[in-house]
Amino acid sequence: MELQIKTESNVCIVSIHESRIDAAVALDFKEAVRQGTLDAPAEVVLDLTQVGFVDSSGLGAIVATMKHLAPERRLVLAGLTPPVEKVFRLTRMDSVFQIHLTLEDALRAQCE
Amino acid sequence: MSLKVAQADMLEPFVVKVTSGPLAVRKALELVFDQLSPLTLDVEETSTVELVLAEALNNIVEHAYPPADASGPVHINIRHCKDGLHVQLRDRGRAMPDHKLPKGQLHSCDVDFSDLPEGGFGWFLIKDLSRDVEYTRLDGENRLKLRIAVAFRR
Repeated sequence: MELQIKTESNVCIVSIHESRIDAAVALDFKEAVRQGTLDAPAEVVLDLTQVGFVDSSGLGAIVATMKHLAPERRLVLAGLTPPVEKVFRLTRMDSVFQIHLTLEDALRAQCE
Repeated sequence: MSLKVAQADMLEPFVVKVTSGPLAVRKALELVFDQLSPLTLDVEETSTVELVLAEALNNIVEHAYPPADASGPVHINIRHCKDGLHVQLRDRGRAMPDHKLPKGQLHSCDVDFSDLPEGGFGWFLIKDLSRDVEYTRLDGENRLKLRIAVAFRR
C-alpha cells in the first residue's frame, strides 16, 4: 500500500497513492493507516484524490479505520473521485463521514 | 484509421476466463474493460459496471473458492443488448447458502459509532445497480445472471 502521512498545523494528512482500494488491498490499507496514525493528532484527513475505485471491501476498511481511530481521533475524508463518491452515497456512508471536496477544503475547515 | 465501432453498433458477445485467486478480480475487470472499450462508456456507466462486476467476483473469490479450497475457473460472459449488458458469471466453487441469493439489505447507519457496519455492502450494491439478478446452482456450477442497464441502443 503506497501512502504518504504527514502532519501540518496539527492535522494528520493520509494521502493514498493507489488507484484502487479493493479486496486485494483492504487489509494492507487498514494496517498501514493504523500504523501511520499511532501518534497522530485529533484530526486525521484521508486524502482520496488519487483513488479512482473503492469496492465494498475498501469501504469496509475505511469504516473500520474510522472506528479504530475514534473516539480520540476523528477521520474526515477529502478528494473523493466520482466513482468513490458513488459508493459512499449508495451505501449511505456519506451521512456517517464528514466529506470535503478537496484536501485544501478539508484543511481550511479544520483551521476554522 | 481507427476501427472504433460506430455508436449504433452492438458489441459482439465475449467471454473472459480467469482462475480464482487474490488478483483474479483485478485481472478479470481489466480484461472485461478492454473488451468494452468500443462502447466508450462514460464515468458513471463505467463505475456502475465496475462495481457490480467487482462485487460479484469478490463473492466468488472469497466464498465460492475460499482460500482453504483449491482455486478454480471463473467465466464471465457478456452480451451487449439494446437494454444493456447481460452478464453471466459461472464458477465451480461452493454453492450459495441454501442455494439462494443473499438479501443484500443495507444495515442502518443510524446506530452507535462502534456498531457501524464494516461489511455486507456487496450484495446491496449488486442489487441496487443491476436488474434481473438470478442465481442458479446446476451440476456443481454456480450461475449468476444479471443485467446492467448501460450502453442502451435504439
